[in-house]
Amino acid sequence: MEFMGYLRPDGQVGIRNYVLILPSVVCANRVAEQIAEAVPGAVALPHPAGCAQVGADFEQTKRTLVGFGTNPNVGAVLVVGLGCEGLQPDELVAAIKPSGKWVEGIVIQEEGGTPATVRRGTQIAIEMSSELSQMKREPFPLSELILATECGGSDSTSGLAANPALGVASDLLVEAGGTVILSETTELMGAEHVLAKRGCDAATGKELVDIVNKMEEDILRMGVDLRGSQPSPGNIAGGLTTIEEKSLGCIYKAGTTPINEVLAFAQRPSKKGLVVMDTPGYDIPSVTGMIAGGAQIVVFTTGRGTPTGAPIAPVIKVTGNPETWEKMRENLDINAGVILQGKATKEDVGKEILAEVIKVANGKQTRAEILGHREFAIWRVGPTV
Amino acid sequence: MRLVVVHPGDMVATAVVDIAAGTTVKIMNDGDEEMEITTLDEIPSGHKVALVDVPVGKPLIKYGEAIGVVTQPIKKGNHVHVHNVESQRGRGDRSGQRVG
Repeated sequence: MEFMGYLRPDGQVGIRNYVLILPSVVCANRVAEQIAEAVPGAVALPHPAGCAQVGADFEQTKRTLVGFGTNPNVGAVLVVGLGCEGLQPDELVAAIKPSGKWVEGIVIQEEGGTPATVRRGTQIAIEMSSELSQMKREPFPLSELILATECGGSDSTSGLAANPALGVASDLLVEAGGTVILSETTELMGAEHVLAKRGCDAATGKELVDIVNKMEEDILRMGVDLRGSQPSPGNIAGGLTTIEEKSLGCIYKAGTTPINEVLAFAQRPSKKGLVVMDTPGYDIPSVTGMIAGGAQIVVFTTGRGTPTGAPIAPVIKVTGNPETWEKMRENLDINAGVILQGKATKEDVGKEILAEVIKVANGKQTRAEILGHREFAIWRVGPTV
Repeated sequence: MRLVVVHPGDMVATAVVDIAAGTTVKIMNDGDEEMEITTLDEIPSGHKVALVDVPVGKPLIKYGEAIGVVTQPIKKGNHVHVHNVESQRGRGDRSGQRVG
């Protein structure tokens, strides 16, 4: 099986062809947004970080922004800086440059204010967009795909229908030589002992248990009760009683293959097959981390229904809840609710999900893309100073 | 199909439609053994019903794993949820020590 993608200079294959307008700091968001609005094919990445950050938190923000710049769904990058920020625009340009793609930086304090920087940035983005518009899609094997898996707004149907169906699709993609990322460390809590047995070796299994323990220790150190946040009020209304129950349903997304690697947030996988990334259970930073890690496409299961997308990668929405399929039809791509109605098996729906992944890779627009959902959030892990 | 048992030996089944109190439903448990369950409470769609009696302090098993600990006596047919089962993870409210 093949998909049609865009070959990048570093050998990665994109399924979208964006000019990314990347603010290095919150202060450059407005300029970045105005440039992206003016140029078809360009997308801005507004965010609240980039200054007054230290240590691992600074590094994680930088890794996330660089990861978006080097994601193969992006063909060219224009970094927009203010000039005095902690995360200097030059650093981002230098870190993205080895990908071989066209990357430039402009600085508001050097250009002389908002209108001047918007004008200059728009000129550059027009040239980039013009260049990228000449690229043609070519066929590539599924082994070039990195699939991010996510579940959000879960209810009992997530663990009974949507996640098991996605697990079937994950297994099929791994079998075809591709890569699948499971994330949401909080939602491994209570299921880590089951998953750890699937580590490709003892060290990988231990790393998986370690990231869950670290997440739980952070909660215990604060002296707070995870309940109320995990499961969320909507999860509880949907029948999920505890984080353990939610987690045991969550891990079905990852299918049945061995776990080959445990990644830090926004880290590129070095192995194919199934990998786990350390992210919060919070949907938007979790999806952000996986895309920064190179995922070109996301399959997102939901029970209660959620509309969110991502700035540079298509998000395919799957629900296992037949009522949600009816109620939020315009936001959803695949109905796994048929499994609980006895009209199809998880294998049937799993194959349908993989077929949809290929269609969307080839250019089909997901509901989240059509509706303009471009949610983005960096996982902050330190104080703002 | 009104009730789903995920794993052989699970103490609960999940309703996939709303089920009124006092309804008798046939389900397949442990693969091939058919059993009958009469609901003692209303079971909303997506919520769990007990297949066995479970005393306070015992782990509640779904997916073949413990999903929490029983805090109120559960009778076969009862609605099982946050009122009678509680999570043992991320409980920083309990003197900062992980339990279970």
